[in-house]
Amino acid sequence: MQNPDLVQWVAFIVLTILTLGGGFMVAQDRNLFHGALWLLVCLFGVAGFFVMLAAPFLAAIQVLVYMGAIVVLIIMAIMLTRRLMGEREATNDQWPIGLAMSAIAFLVIAFILALASNSSLLTREAASQLPLDTVVSLGKSLVDTNQYMLPFELASLLLTGAMIGAIVIARED
Amino acid sequence: MIEWLTGQGWNKDLATFVALLLGVIVVSSFGLVWIIFSIWLERKVAGRIQDRIGPNRTGPYGLFQTFADIGKLLIKEDITPEGADTFVYNIAPLLSVVAVVLIWSVVPFSNIWVGADLNVGALYFTAVGSFGTLAILLAGWSSNNKYALLGAFRVTAQLISYEVPMVLSILVPVLLAGTMSMQGIVLNQHIWYVLAVPIAAGIFFTSSLAEVGRSPFDLIEAESELVAGFNIEYSGMKFGMFYAAEFIHAFTICVLTAVLFFGGWRGPGALLEGAAGGLIGFGYLMLKSIALYFVVMLIRNTVPRVRIDQMMAFNWKFLVPLSLVNVLVVAFLANPSVFGVDYVYHQNQAEQATGLMSLIYQVLGPGVIAELPRTVALLIANIAMWWGTSEILHRYAGIERRKVQDLVTEPPEFSPKGQQTTTAPAGR
Repeated sequence: MQNPDLVQWVAFIVLTILTLGGGFMVAQDRNLFHGALWLLVCLFGVAGFFVMLAAPFLAAIQVLVYMGAIVVLIIMAIMLTRRLMGEREATNDQWPIGLAMSAIAFLVIAFILALASNSSLLTREAASQLPLDTVVSLGKSLVDTNQYMLPFELASLLLTGAMIGAIVIARED
Repeated sequence: MIEWLTGQGWNKDLATFVALLLGVIVVSSFGLVWIIFSIWLERKVAGRIQDRIGPNRTGPYGLFQTFADIGKLLIKEDITPEGADTFVYNIAPLLSVVAVVLIWSVVPFSNIWVGADLNVGALYFTAVGSFGTLAILLAGWSSNNKYALLGAFRVTAQLISYEVPMVLSILVPVLLAGTMSMQGIVLNQHIWYVLAVPIAAGIFFTSSLAEVGRSPFDLIEAESELVAGFNIEYSGMKFGMFYAAEFIHAFTICVLTAVLFFGGWRGPGALLEGAAGGLIGFGYLMLKSIALYFVVMLIRNTVPRVRIDQMMAFNWKFLVPLSLVNVLVVAFLANPSVFGVDYVYHQNQAEQATGLMSLIYQVLGPGVIAELPRTVALLIANIAMWWGTSEILHRYAGIERRKVQDLVTEPPEFSPKGQQTTTAPAGR
């Protein structure tokens, strides 16, 4: 392509519309089931962002875990709730609090980003400077004792604990 | 292609775009065209197995039967049930076809032809495969029908459960090849992985069958229990799309099994330069896939459907533990410090070898020699694992058999406990 910047901008704008629009519709749609579907659109946009950031592994994981598992779980929960199945409209009285909280969260993140805009955390690297196979370096960093092995193991322990807890709660005896 | 178009005076961007578009169309329509043939094949084979002739009126050998079916589906009335969620109802069949066709984009057809050689290919196809589950859920919910909803629940439970052993068994070829790219897995597969890790291949094939909803796991459309399952309200081509998606998926899992465990397009002459090697490799891949598809058809027409509780128990109590142990064992043995594969060393050896060794290297190729120790070690480990598994199964079956015998010899009084065992936790 002659003009990679233009293509990137178009992709960025489309993905932003998908993500923000999907997120807006999740909050706005009164039909809970449709809300879950809009969440899919939103998460798909995020997966697209991961692809643009040269992180295909995270994109695939985003699709697999969030779209394939979590949204399916939400949809199943909605379907199993008979009351919601009957009345397809859902109302929420807590939206002013939600609005305030999300505004605060937005301001905090924006503030931090503005503060850190000069730090090394946010320096942009060209895609050519990234390691050739990001998947390999990601995998290695997860099992390297000097890098992220401890957090990785802790996270897996946490998940195992949560799973055992779920089994204990769900057990009927 | 791009060079030819620019040679004709096309703009370079436009030529790239058109070439890419044509590639996308070819890859995505290949599966769709293939099922026209595969449906005919399946009906013929099913006919033979059931001592019938199968379709034989439309065209030579009934080859055009599928076209007649498509025509029928197209002119049928398109019904949307009352109270249905129209948009979701209409998008579900599309999504189910898209989920399957997307898988084809990472299938390496030959050494030169591959839609997109993603470096996360193996992960990609499990990810897009989960859209199929979503499509079924949407179809079941939006139809506004209790049977459809129940069918969708059941299918979702089945698909989510069987995804676990499937993903765990995909890990095994990924571990052996050291890459998640599908083309990379084929390139590093000098000896078919099915010879090294038959258990993983078996688990992948079985759980894929369940993912597709093929017999003996075809509870998706258990006519006797659920009328038709999640797609009960669909008519015409929308029903046809679910049907088509199932058929493409059934063939797709055969292609994936061939790629992951049977060497993909590998075979004598498949590494030739240019289109000749490409065609030969494609031929090998199709040959392997069709052979596997024949196994799928045989299973479909000879094995009875399992009950939902049996299916769940089979997954969670047999496939998942076995695949977990399998991944652990393979990860240990395929570790570079245990049975590493050094292609470069053997490449050098092949160039320096003389006499008998040189002949061996020439006949087998350095890649095969390099992978030989690991393959043998893994095969022995697999046999040991299978022996252990069958010992455990044997003991378990003995206990169960004694239970049944006790029941037969002394008729049970209906205690609450006895009832609990007979009314199995169905659908959980």
